[in-house]
Formats: sequence, C-alpha cells, structure tokens
Amino acid sequence: MNPDTVIDAVSAVFMVTGALMSLAAAIGLLRFPDLMSRMHAATKPQVLGLFLLLAALGLQMRTWSVWPVLLVAWLFQLLTVPVSAHMVGRAGYRTKHLHPELLSSDELEAVVQKAAQQAATHGADDDDR
Amino acid sequence: MMQTVLTVTAVVLSLAAAGAIVRIARGPSLLDRVLAADVLLAIFGAALCIDMAANRHLNNLMLLVAISLIGFVGSVTVARFVADRREGVRES
Amino acid sequence: MNRKRISLRQELPLLVWLVFVWGALWQNFSPGNLLFGALIAVLVARIFYLPPVELGGRFNVLRAVPFALIFLGKVVAASFQVLYLAVVRGPNVVSAVVAVPLRSHSDLLVTATGHVISLIPGSLVVEVDRSTSTLYIHGINVRNAEDAAKLRKEVRDTEAGLIRIMGTKAELSALTLETAA
Repeated sequence: MNPDTVIDAVSAVFMVTGALMSLAAAIGLLRFPDLMSRMHAATKPQVLGLFLLLAALGLQMRTWSVWPVLLVAWLFQLLTVPVSAHMVGRAGYRTKHLHPELLSSDELEAVVQKAAQQAATHGADDDDR
Repeated sequence: MMQTVLTVTAVVLSLAAAGAIVRIARGPSLLDRVLAADVLLAIFGAALCIDMAANRHLNNLMLLVAISLIGFVGSVTVARFVADRREGVRES
Repeated sequence: MNRKRISLRQELPLLVWLVFVWGALWQNFSPGNLLFGALIAVLVARIFYLPPVELGGRFNVLRAVPFALIFLGKVVAASFQVLYLAVVRGPNVVSAVVAVPLRSHSDLLVTATGHVISLIPGSLVVEVDRSTSTLYIHGINVRNAEDAAKLRKEVRDTEAGLIRIMGTKAELSALTLETAA
C-alpha cells in the first residue's frame, strides 16, 4: 500500500462526510419545528463540514505551505458562526419566535418580564446592549 | 475513485441545496429564511472546496472566505434589523 | 489621540495574530514577508484603534492543547447529534432555555465560553447578561430538569477549562478552592 492511495482514501472519506454534513444541516432545517432548533442544525454541521473539506483540500494539495491559510479560513468560520447564530437567536427570542409548547423550561422568560416591568415603571430605555 | 466521490458529493450537495431552498421558500418568518440562506451559502462554500480538492488548485480559497464573511454580515444585519423594528413597534 | 495608550505587551497577541494571518494569506513565511507584515500590523493597530481586550495575563499551553482536542471531538459529536436528532426525532424535539451563571466576569472569558458552548453538542447562547455574567442557553433535546442540570454542568465545566487556560490568577485560585471543597 503506497501512501498516496491512503491519503487519497482519507481525503475521499473526508469529502463525502463533509458533504453529508451539509445534508444534515438541510434535513435539520426541514424537519425541526422551531427557529431555535433549526439554528442548531444550521451552525454545527457547517463548522465540521468546512473543517473536513478543508482538511481534504490540504491532503490533496500535498504541501505543508497551504495548511496555515486553511487554518485561518477555518478559524474565521469558528469565530463568526457562533456570533451570527447568537444574533439570529436573540432576535428570534425577542420577536417571540419561540413556541412555549416545545420548551420543557424557560428560565429567561421571568427575567425578561421583570426587566420589561422595570422599564415600564422607570420609563427609561436601557435596552440597547 | 475521485470520479465516484465527485458524483456522490454532487448528489448529496444538490439534495442539501434543495432542502435549504425549500426552507427559504416556506420559512414562516424572515429569520428562518436568513438562516436557510446562510446554510445555502455554506453549501456553495462546500462545493467550492470540493472542486478545489478534486482539481488540486487554490483559486477559490479567497472566494470561500468572502462567502462565509458575507453570510456572517448578512445574517447579523438582518437579525439587528428585525430586533430593532420589533422594539420600535413595542415602544410606540 | 487622547485615549489611553495600550502597552505593547498587551497588544502583542493581536500583533502576532495579524502577522500570522498575513503570512498565511501570502502562503509565505519568509523573514522579509513577515517583517513587512509586522509593519502593516502595527500600522493597522495604530490607525484602526479598538478598545483593548483585557487578557488574564497568563496562558497555559499544556492545558490548551488537550482542551482544543476535546473541543474538536465535541464539534464532531455535535454535528452527528444534530444529524441523529434531525433524522430520528424531527418535529418532536423538545428544548429548553436554561440560565447558567458563570464564575468569571471578564468579557473575554464570557465571550470565549459562549463561543465554545455554541459549538459543542446541544447548546446555543440566546442571551447574555453582562452585569451578572449569566448566559441564557437554548439546549436542544432537553426534556426534563435532569437534562437541564447536565447542560448546566457542561457549561460550568467548559468555563472551568477556559479559566485554567487563560483566566486571571484570582479566578484560578477561586476555582481551585471550589474544586477542593
């Protein structure tokens, strides 16, 4: 067995799994009932999928000099994906996208209501964090 | 072997893109659509990556980074816009 | 500029990161290129001034490497969990929003914990209360109080790991006191 076939096989497995992760995201988008659980489907497989595909790319290029740039590309993804997921989730929670019947408990609800009451009594808008 | 891998990934990614497009079309709210559009961009990125790996070049790498940044900026902007509009309604 | 200047030592991690990105983008780590990159990094850091990130002043590499490996494993597990839930449970999945108070009040640690939490299985940050440094986390497939407790423990453990890597000395000693008790 020469190393070339091994590397090819590994990168082939990575590529197919990475593509499957995109499919997992799509299945999750279609089948999950509310915005929040769809967000889980949209973020996590995306990160792993890009990791696997970049690794396959690095293996196929057969040089070490491409790995840093691949790492940077993945790290950008790693830093941006949670932020955008958080922003969408926060907006979704504030605009009442959550279906209470799908939650087993909601510990933010009480806090939000208390803050809304406080804002109503003080009349001050301190909600621009 | 590379040919089989390409066929399999092409089929899988097409199915995934179709799923994301269905969610964009159906999605009950704006945020659902933004999320699905983000996933669609990620699928494009995956396709670019596979093309690079199969043909052993790096021409699309910057395009890949740009696509993921556009997805990020887009979803953050829309999320802010949705949240702000809602707060404005509540105040008035 | 009349704002407080940051010391070079505080800025160093940012500069090193910028030089690394520069070298990686050119795919060329020769000394000349790195020097030019360092020049640009200093210029960028001076012109586009941002509030400094308050680092804890220490970084434990020995703890960071296993943490990174475990994190990578969890990212893999998270994706397969989402795949499993999407295929098997689908529309019947039950979630919860759980409040988790954190130990640390530093912005960097809360942000880092939030990032890591968003990428490990079954949790996503919905809201952050900075004054009490509480994270409100949406957990997927959290059906009862037991699952919620498990999620809370997971978050607290992640934070503990991050404190061990880059928390301040005070946070670290508080953590060792807590685990010893």
